[in-house]
Amino acid sequence: MADVLAYPTRYAYAEAVQELAAANPDVVLLNADVAKSMRTNEFAERFPEREFNFGIAEQNMMAAAAGMATLGLIPFVSTYAVFASMRACEQVRTMICYPRLNVKIAASHGGLTPGQDGVTHQGLEDMALMRSLAGMTVIQPADATSTRKAVWAAAAHQGPVYLRLTRDPVPVLYDDGLEFEIGRAITLRAGRDATIIAIGDMVALAVEAADMLGREGLEVGVLDMHTLKPLDEDAVVRAAQATGAIVTAEDHTLFGGLGSAVAEVLGEQCPVPLSRVGLGNTFAESGPYRELLVRYRMSSVDFAAAVRAVVSRKHRVRQHGSAS
Amino acid sequence: MDSDTPAFGDLERMAATIRCDIVQMIHRAGAGHPGGALSAADLVTALYFRVMRLDPRNPSWPARDRFILSKGHACPVLYAALARRGYFPLSELDTLRQLGSRLQGHPDMLKTPGIDMTAGSLGQGLSAGLGMALAARVRGLDIHVYVLLGDGEVQEGQVWEAAMAASKWQTANLVALLDCNRLQNDGEVAGIMPVEPLAAKWRAFGWEVREIDGHNMREIVETLEEVRDHAVRPTAILAHTIKGCGVSFMENVPGWHGRAPNDEEAEQALCELRRRLNG
Repeated sequence: MADVLAYPTRYAYAEAVQELAAANPDVVLLNADVAKSMRTNEFAERFPEREFNFGIAEQNMMAAAAGMATLGLIPFVSTYAVFASMRACEQVRTMICYPRLNVKIAASHGGLTPGQDGVTHQGLEDMALMRSLAGMTVIQPADATSTRKAVWAAAAHQGPVYLRLTRDPVPVLYDDGLEFEIGRAITLRAGRDATIIAIGDMVALAVEAADMLGREGLEVGVLDMHTLKPLDEDAVVRAAQATGAIVTAEDHTLFGGLGSAVAEVLGEQCPVPLSRVGLGNTFAESGPYRELLVRYRMSSVDFAAAVRAVVSRKHRVRQHGSAS
Repeated sequence: MDSDTPAFGDLERMAATIRCDIVQMIHRAGAGHPGGALSAADLVTALYFRVMRLDPRNPSWPARDRFILSKGHACPVLYAALARRGYFPLSELDTLRQLGSRLQGHPDMLKTPGIDMTAGSLGQGLSAGLGMALAARVRGLDIHVYVLLGDGEVQEGQVWEAAMAASKWQTANLVALLDCNRLQNDGEVAGIMPVEPLAAKWRAFGWEVREIDGHNMREIVETLEEVRDHAVRPTAILAHTIKGCGVSFMENVPGWHGRAPNDEEAEQALCELRRRLNG
């Protein structure tokens, strides 16, 4: 950490998929008129025979990727989260997940990161939708370094992968020595009083919140849960056992994403006080990404407040044997 | 790949046999879509017994031609063709739609030998076929991709997204075969949501268009072979067919889109079809 450099993960993706294509002739790239935005147009210049711009037609692109995968290619489908997960949702389900085809979906503009574009372009339901599909692997890396690693891990994984990316820059947390494994959470901070389990762009903010709370004398752990599915259930249970209080943080609706997934594991395996930070039962609005996070109570200050609340609930439970 | 080339008469008899299989399968299953399976029987027979390059002993042969039944509800016709072609035992046709069967209610490429693409949610097959045609280009494979669509199916906007894209990339190895039986689930295509002028639409999207009688085996085969050998751009073959073709009481009756014949109806249907087979 401590590195203040920030970089949009969509660009890290575009660079990594080029390196991947140089090493693996099976890799092809599919665009849908946002190649310039995702910088995947550089791939098109370098590998013109392996790039296909489908125009503004995501449903066709997604099902075409499925067809390509039946001939052994590894299509990386590049578009925005709203279009990948909703406009083409049924194509992803029936043509890719059901036949377990080896298609990788790179979804930029995840969460509130395309802030000023407003609700139409903010992908805040995508993780819940993708998580519900049988056999789908769902990943959102926290920074540029882990995004590069995730691209290679996705290619090495046999089967569909949904890789969520940010429009806006996020701090670079890791160096190149990072070991990234699909389905294995990364422990950024060990804790004693509580653990923040965060995903994607929320991970850096979780570290900020842990630092803030450290100054108050609270030892707060931080888990980078980059893989929403399959969830690292052991890491969740270990954190619950070690710290007795959990906060989840996601740039996503609270209905069906990381908070829900963690609640399922805790409820069944290790009930402890839990607080979920994310977007409530509302649509957001246009505005700078950072300002939106504050407005919708998804900033590091909100994580810190949630941690104080679960720590206090934990102590009440321990004193009175009741969670009320 | 088989070297023998069946004559038109043999293909016509095979189509009649497959029609019998369709009626028996759907009758036994107690559910299914006889109308659109019967209308496509001659087209599918021509492809699997004459036009396509394939090897039933090696269903995943990379250099085989590909077939996508985009109107996946008609799958009994495909299952019958695959079984008759030797991909799996004929006895397995009895298991259609049953628990544990390899023959699902709509085609499943992971379960059934010889199925090149899972399909059945209408409007998506042509896109997958386009992806295969493009992948063949990347791979340097000389293969042909055939996608069978219903005429009602082209009401789905995704079909036209795929048509536009195939034209952009000039996938001459992609053939859209339209089973134009003029009926869909709720009634006549012209009444539910008109799709005509179909030929003009495909031409406007940059496709070569052929119109044929979808029950004339010679015309089907000659058109498919000419397109296979000489196409310079993607081709749509509008095959004019009769929904329920071969069973008098099913022909042109929308109600037979998605219901199974009872014992008596199945017997009468088989009686008619066998008469045709032996006649």
